[in-house]
Amino acid sequence: MSLAAARSELTLAEKLRRLDWRLVLVLIGVAGVGTAALYSAGGMKPDPWAAKHATRFAIGLGLMLLVALVDLRVWMRLAYPAYVISVLLLVAVDVIGKGAMGAQRWLDLGPIQIQPSELMKVAAILALARYFHGLSREQVGRIAYVIPAVAAIIVPVGLVMIQPDLGTAMVLLSTGAALMFVAGVRLWKFLVAGTLGAASLPIGWQLMHEYQRNRVRIFLDPDLDPLGAGYHILQSKIAIGSGGMLGKGFGMGTQSALNFLPEKQTDFIFTMWTEETGLRGALILLALYAAIILYAHVVALRARSHFGRLLAMGIGITIFLYVFINTAMVMGLLPVVGVPLPLVSYGGTAMLTVMFACGLLLGINVHRDLVIPRP
Amino acid sequence: MRRDADRYTLFTRRALILGGVKVGLLGALGARLYWLQTVESEKYKVLADDNRINTRPLTPSRGLIFDRTGEPLAANRNNYRLLITADKGRISEALKQAETVLERLERVIDIGERERQRILEQMRRNRSFVPVTVRENLEWEQVAQIEFNAPDLPGVSIDLGQTRDYLHPELTSHVVGYVGRVSPEDLRDSDDPVLELPGMRIGKKGVEKGADELLRGKPGGIQVEVNAVGRVVRELDRTEGEPGANLLLTIDLELQRYVTERLKDQSASAVVMDVVTGDILAMASVPAFDNNTFARGVTQAEWQELLNDPGKPLLNKAAQGQYPPGSTYKMVTALAALESKAISLWDRLPCVGFIELPGDQKKYCWIHPAGHGWPNVIEALQMSCDCFFYEAGRRAGVDRIAEVAAKLGFGTATGSGLPEEADGLQPTRAWKQERHSRPWGVGDTYNLAIGQGDMLATPLQLAVMAARIGNGGYDVKPRLIAATAGAREPLQPPPVQLRPDAPSLKFNAHFMKAVQQGMDMVVNSQGGTAFGSRIKEKGMAMAGKTGTSQVKRITESERGRRMSQEELPWHLRHHALFCGYAPVDNPRYACAVVVEHGMGGSRTAAPITRDILVEVQKIDPSRRRDRFKTAALGGGRTVAEAAPAGETTDPKRGGP
Repeated sequence: MSLAAARSELTLAEKLRRLDWRLVLVLIGVAGVGTAALYSAGGMKPDPWAAKHATRFAIGLGLMLLVALVDLRVWMRLAYPAYVISVLLLVAVDVIGKGAMGAQRWLDLGPIQIQPSELMKVAAILALARYFHGLSREQVGRIAYVIPAVAAIIVPVGLVMIQPDLGTAMVLLSTGAALMFVAGVRLWKFLVAGTLGAASLPIGWQLMHEYQRNRVRIFLDPDLDPLGAGYHILQSKIAIGSGGMLGKGFGMGTQSALNFLPEKQTDFIFTMWTEETGLRGALILLALYAAIILYAHVVALRARSHFGRLLAMGIGITIFLYVFINTAMVMGLLPVVGVPLPLVSYGGTAMLTVMFACGLLLGINVHRDLVIPRP
Repeated sequence: MRRDADRYTLFTRRALILGGVKVGLLGALGARLYWLQTVESEKYKVLADDNRINTRPLTPSRGLIFDRTGEPLAANRNNYRLLITADKGRISEALKQAETVLERLERVIDIGERERQRILEQMRRNRSFVPVTVRENLEWEQVAQIEFNAPDLPGVSIDLGQTRDYLHPELTSHVVGYVGRVSPEDLRDSDDPVLELPGMRIGKKGVEKGADELLRGKPGGIQVEVNAVGRVVRELDRTEGEPGANLLLTIDLELQRYVTERLKDQSASAVVMDVVTGDILAMASVPAFDNNTFARGVTQAEWQELLNDPGKPLLNKAAQGQYPPGSTYKMVTALAALESKAISLWDRLPCVGFIELPGDQKKYCWIHPAGHGWPNVIEALQMSCDCFFYEAGRRAGVDRIAEVAAKLGFGTATGSGLPEEADGLQPTRAWKQERHSRPWGVGDTYNLAIGQGDMLATPLQLAVMAARIGNGGYDVKPRLIAATAGAREPLQPPPVQLRPDAPSLKFNAHFMKAVQQGMDMVVNSQGGTAFGSRIKEKGMAMAGKTGTSQVKRITESERGRRMSQEELPWHLRHHALFCGYAPVDNPRYACAVVVEHGMGGSRTAAPITRDILVEVQKIDPSRRRDRFKTAALGGGRTVAEAAPAGETTDPKRGGP
């Protein structure tokens, strides 16, 4: 115990040496794709999106490295307070938030606007990792110990649903469930939860906003409204399909340039990229994401602290979910839920959240040999 | 430590399961991408082009219409239209801008509050980028002023289209007809894409409708790239259309003018036909209307006024007016009786002023109570003896009469090329059974024999009958279009024709001669019903037949009082009919005149026919080609060819 504790005190130089630059390179690759796509979306101009996107990424890189150097135990200590603050901010946004696209997601803090639901994504993972870190295998098996974890997920999911932000709620819920799964919660509990969830679907339907119900209806049958809400899915599929193997060429996407694509700088950026660069470009981008997700797995399996393992898993799951939900949506496999593509979609808070999470990932790798005892 | 190792084993196992799930899902994404981008790629490429490329047909220039001498009757005139387009994203902003623009435009053109409301309302309803017409038929000066002020008039553009211009509206409105907007029914009945063009006009009446397909031409097209809201980004391709064919009508404008003048101030119609070719040289119906009103778009008030006019100006009475032919029908009865051997040329039948019907009823001759004595068929025609034809008709029977009537053109539209032409009504046994569920009776035959009862004919049909008798029994068909030519080919006057090339109707030549002789004597012998209207000019004499058809049944008391027609209100007076041909020894021109409530054929219709037949022989349109004005073709065709209606000139980039 003392040996491990002694070994865990790394000097700054050791930490720097242990920073994994391969992840940084992959991240630069993804953000590069994002910047290029936004450059094209802006009509082959750095304004209004590409330049800002690159700048934000550069700031994010700095933040990421700082986060990576902070001792893992510090993050563990901060986990609960961060979670509580995030919940409070979510409540605040529900009360006084500023609407964008008919939903309250933003909190105006003078010069900057923040999206508490983005913060919650990291905070919830931190809190769950911290919680399960403190449980023995036997405890995890007991239902009494699982209930607080479920509550810790349900509360933010509910708050985000109220906003309403179906996409983020889905991501939070799925992340929480996946994290509990790897933490060792019994399988039958998931079955029970799943059954209960299915049974409560009609109630959820009642609680949904009309526009959300329409999205689901149109997802199930896009022909319902070919010029209205189904238009987005159809136009997105046309853009992707017409791109073909090699794409229409950078900056030559007709669907996006002629504004047939909605929200081409945010939720539908993958469509634009795919229209212009074809199957080749799309697979390259997906491969970069796969590399990040795989890296998260490797880090999780190498870490010696349970907190680090769970945290790395959680981050990997979140990034995977974002990529999957966004791309599946634009390809017509999932209903249109506003979920950004990490590091490629335009948007400040989401970018910082992802960079922060990647910083944690790097940090877990730096402190992989650190053993943190159960409290 | 063991516990932690335990936890780690479970974690590792579950992490691997989760990783497997992720790989599976990512694989599904890849498969979906592959499916969309290779297997279905072609389909989506087509859809993307459909999105992006918009083919807009170019309105072809409508074919022109000339009279037989090359005088233009219908032409196209450039129409500068002022359009305003909402090109702001938000409709409220666009409307605010439009209001300012309209206020500024008020300095150049007079818009008015009601128009302003209409324009703004239409802009509110339209999708963005669909232009709204502010004003049509701008003066060139207004165009120039608007172009000059273009920078202060955002969203305003000037569009060059064409409007139809009728050069002799009161003379030819019924024959030429008019064009109008494409109606939803037109769109349903035809799949010609040109109909969907904004501002497209198609034939609605007359030759404009009958020959619409010829006049319409073939649309060209421009392929443009559009963005998601339909705004044109650039032009990709352009194919010019083919202007519609030009038409040379058989109408002679000079004669048409004379005929129209001669009918003036009555509710009447007349048709002049060439008995050899079937050319309709004049077709007039008065009162007429101005077809330009319709080409420009008729207002509700103008429309109501035309509908309320008792003279029914919108109706082409020459082709649509249906009247009992009265005594003009006696040639049919005569031919039927002769052809069926019911009577011979020498048979004389008695007339004591009436015939007796079973049940103590009488059927009178028009000359009651004097009677016509014992006329033969020629004399019976000359004096228009009803009693003779009652008996001749009875002997021939309805079937033979209807057969001859059909040969002479009754009962069906003549196919002159006017779509609105009426069929008239030739009663037959079958018709009677079907219409009235009663068998044909002998009383029906009596009525039919003198062209009364249910029998109805149009003036055009009367002219056709006169022509077919005049040419000795040839099946000439009336026609309004003499020649057509592509827009870039010269129009040629129709060749002079001396013998009918139509097939013979196979009437016995002696019988035909007898009928002709009877019609000759109607006009040219003492005692003929139209002797007072004979043509005294040498070599121009006409033959013909009077007719008077009852609007209202004559009651016994009126007959007893010998009530005169003048005592009746106008709308109850008899119609006056006359049909004939000239010159009598070598007929060339046939004419039919119907004067509504003109009281008597010999009294009003015969003098008019006389004057018209003299005039047509003087002009002699069928035999004189030297009157053809080739110059008129060049002069009339100054209109811009295939000026596309869909094309918009942007005032900011200079004038059209």
